[in-house]
Amino acid sequence: MSAPRESSRTLRSRRAVRTDAALGDDAAAPRRLRPSALASRVARSTFPLAAPTWPGSVPRPAPEPELGVHYDTAWSRKYPVRLARAMVLDNVTRPLARVVAQPQLRGEEYLADLEAPVIFAANHASHIDTPLLLACLPLAFRHRTVVAAAADYFFDRRWKADTFSFLLGAIPIERTKVNRRSADLAAELLADDWNLVIFPEGGRSPDGWAQQFRGGAAYLASRTGRPVVPVHLDGTRHILPKGGGTVKRTRTNVTFGTPLWPAEGEDARRFGERIEAAVATLANESTTDWWTARKLAARGETPPLQGPDVAPWRRAWALTPAPDRTPAIDAEGNDWPRTAG
Amino acid sequence: MSPRPGFVLDVDSSTPPTLFWHGERFSLEKLPEGSRVIYAPEPMDPLADPQAAIRHALTHPEGDQEPLPALLVPGMRLTIAFDDISLPLPPMERPDIRQLVIEQVLDFAAEAGVDDVELIVALALHRRMTEPELRHAVGDRVYDAFAPNGLLTQHDAEDPDNLVHLGVTDHGEDVEINRRAAESDLLVYVNINLVAMDGGHKSVATGLASYKSLRHHHNPATMRKSKSFMDQHKSELHTANWRMGRLIRDAGVKVFQIETTLNTDTFPDAFKFLQKREWEWKARDRLAFLGASKALDRVPARYARQLFHSVKAPHRMTSVQAGEVEAVHAVTTASVWQQQGVVVEGQTDILTMGLPYISPYNVNSILNPILVACLGLGYFFNLYRNKPLVREGGVLIMTHPTPWEFNPVHHPSYIDFFEQVLSQTTDANIMSEQYEHGFATDPWYIHLYRTGHAYHGVHPFYMWYWCAHALEHLGAVIIVGGDPKAVHRLGFRAASTMADALEMARDVVGPSPTLTHLHAPPILMADVQ
Repeated sequence: MSAPRESSRTLRSRRAVRTDAALGDDAAAPRRLRPSALASRVARSTFPLAAPTWPGSVPRPAPEPELGVHYDTAWSRKYPVRLARAMVLDNVTRPLARVVAQPQLRGEEYLADLEAPVIFAANHASHIDTPLLLACLPLAFRHRTVVAAAADYFFDRRWKADTFSFLLGAIPIERTKVNRRSADLAAELLADDWNLVIFPEGGRSPDGWAQQFRGGAAYLASRTGRPVVPVHLDGTRHILPKGGGTVKRTRTNVTFGTPLWPAEGEDARRFGERIEAAVATLANESTTDWWTARKLAARGETPPLQGPDVAPWRRAWALTPAPDRTPAIDAEGNDWPRTAG
Repeated sequence: MSPRPGFVLDVDSSTPPTLFWHGERFSLEKLPEGSRVIYAPEPMDPLADPQAAIRHALTHPEGDQEPLPALLVPGMRLTIAFDDISLPLPPMERPDIRQLVIEQVLDFAAEAGVDDVELIVALALHRRMTEPELRHAVGDRVYDAFAPNGLLTQHDAEDPDNLVHLGVTDHGEDVEINRRAAESDLLVYVNINLVAMDGGHKSVATGLASYKSLRHHHNPATMRKSKSFMDQHKSELHTANWRMGRLIRDAGVKVFQIETTLNTDTFPDAFKFLQKREWEWKARDRLAFLGASKALDRVPARYARQLFHSVKAPHRMTSVQAGEVEAVHAVTTASVWQQQGVVVEGQTDILTMGLPYISPYNVNSILNPILVACLGLGYFFNLYRNKPLVREGGVLIMTHPTPWEFNPVHHPSYIDFFEQVLSQTTDANIMSEQYEHGFATDPWYIHLYRTGHAYHGVHPFYMWYWCAHALEHLGAVIIVGGDPKAVHRLGFRAASTMADALEMARDVVGPSPTLTHLHAPPILMADVQ
């Protein structure tokens, strides 16, 4: 039995030698695919390496709407993704926010004893608002929060949907019409102990003054029985206004208000008005002080978030801080013309 | 989105290769243009609240039957019989339907103060179940309450003390069933109706019967006249069982039948590509296929087998009904057809099918060559109503490795059947006349059946009889990729590749044959017009 085994081994080795000699030194070296050969091989690959062809006899179904409000964000709430997002938020977003926006926090104490989940309803003037607000949330809320984002803006392309779902925990919300899917998703997430950041204006302010609040936050609070925390973000417009292309470093104020609960029998519209009034009070507080803002609120004299109903230039004018017009008086008591010496 | 119904694909040049099962492996085969591929309907939505559905079924019975609570009184003898390891396929994820149903029946019995309760596995001539298998089927709570006290038993078709002869039908068929079941005040039978063949009077008349009783319908003549097993009204097997079932009823055995149906959600996420249409495979499906194929090609067969037998199906219940046997079964059958039925226009010259790793008789075991034949010719061939998918004189091509391999614990008589009987004849009539009695009454096989985990000595004969209708109908049977020696022993032809098999088939059916591929599992039943 040993002889045939030996002869077969000899045959194999001879064949190997002949093959190497025939192919030369280059061929004897380990084979490496050149990039072009690899590309060619990939291009020539067939099913199942490549995607299957579609049988001619089977009508193609209409492509399933996978973007916009139909985009499935469940993956972004799985534990590994949450962990990665938390690391980005804590190690990138927060330091950046501290440097770029230098936020001054107020009212954090209102959140100390508050049980999650809650709805954070804030005014909206800049793309900076969302990362800034997330960066400023107390730890108890920060890493279990989703952000209601416009389905038509943040979820219209696959890369945008993936990016914002990952970085911000964004969920698509239909803002141009009532959509049960959006509302159901947000309500399910609240029921699942996720906090929600929502901008009731439905988009960024075009001129720096807030827009009319919509009913989404109030509706979700009434539906789920969870509180709404009004939040006012001041100064973000100066960092990156709507339509602006560059980021400027500016101080900002982030003010949390007392949580609001829907009252017994209160409809969503009335509750929405309360939320808007609370944010307006916080806005007033950021330019005056808490006591002044409370007194004005008690008298019903809080300046509206939407600003004065006047010509656009006057609205813009009203937003610009008045320059210090106190005349400079020289040593001789003259304010003009100034004289040397 | 509602599940899509079954589908018959016309293969053209742009159709991707079709998935074929090959035992514990798969392959992709390019079918000739003009072939058809039959795909199963997508899984139906399961019952939203199975517990509530079971309770409703028990309290709102079908047919002339009182609600279960009204049938339960203190002092009565209650027996609960249930299907064995052969159902469902693959075994389902916990909780098993049997557990859900039996627990509710026992809740009612406890409320009614019924003390004398026994559970019986209705295994006919199948192997006895192991403790883990029983625990999986009925749940730990039921098992721990009954098994330690000897109140969870497995039917013994060879125990004369625990069998009772109830009479003879007008066709001369002996009806002999489990004594405890027959002498109980109420027999509750819990079914899992995986296919239309399951359930009805067959549950008690077969599941709890003796060899003396079973031999009247498990024989070549009856099987040949069952066209098909899935069509109760054209199945002689069912006609005989119905005769026996009615005799059992008339003899005073009160049966409360519970039947349940499943959707076709057959494989867990890692193997979901197996129940998808190939042109709809996403990158994830292709990756799963490639990964599974490459891995399975490299591991020894026994590890691949272990892997697959550990797979639990995510089946979910689609209906549950209870009450009088025939009324219940009519509802069940409609539900099964709703899930599995596919309308197919006309017969074909060549029928192809990829055989998977599992059949009703090799759960946690080996699919030996006899079971390969039975799975292909007895089960898959019979997945039709009206007419067989393949025309008379047509060719059946199956893909399976068909190893010359047997499980000596589960299938001892199969080994001798393969060596001693199939080596002499493949004619079911000759087998029945010359060999069956010897195997059926062999004391060693009976001993292994009664005390171990062996199928009854006569069981391999029954497997061959299941093939009788197909063998009579077909012009040739070809197995692709099988062990040639084992394939030839079965009396079939062996081919190395599908192309070779098609070439061989053309010799039988002519040069331009029509071809249909049965893309199962998931199980589907062809309604051939």
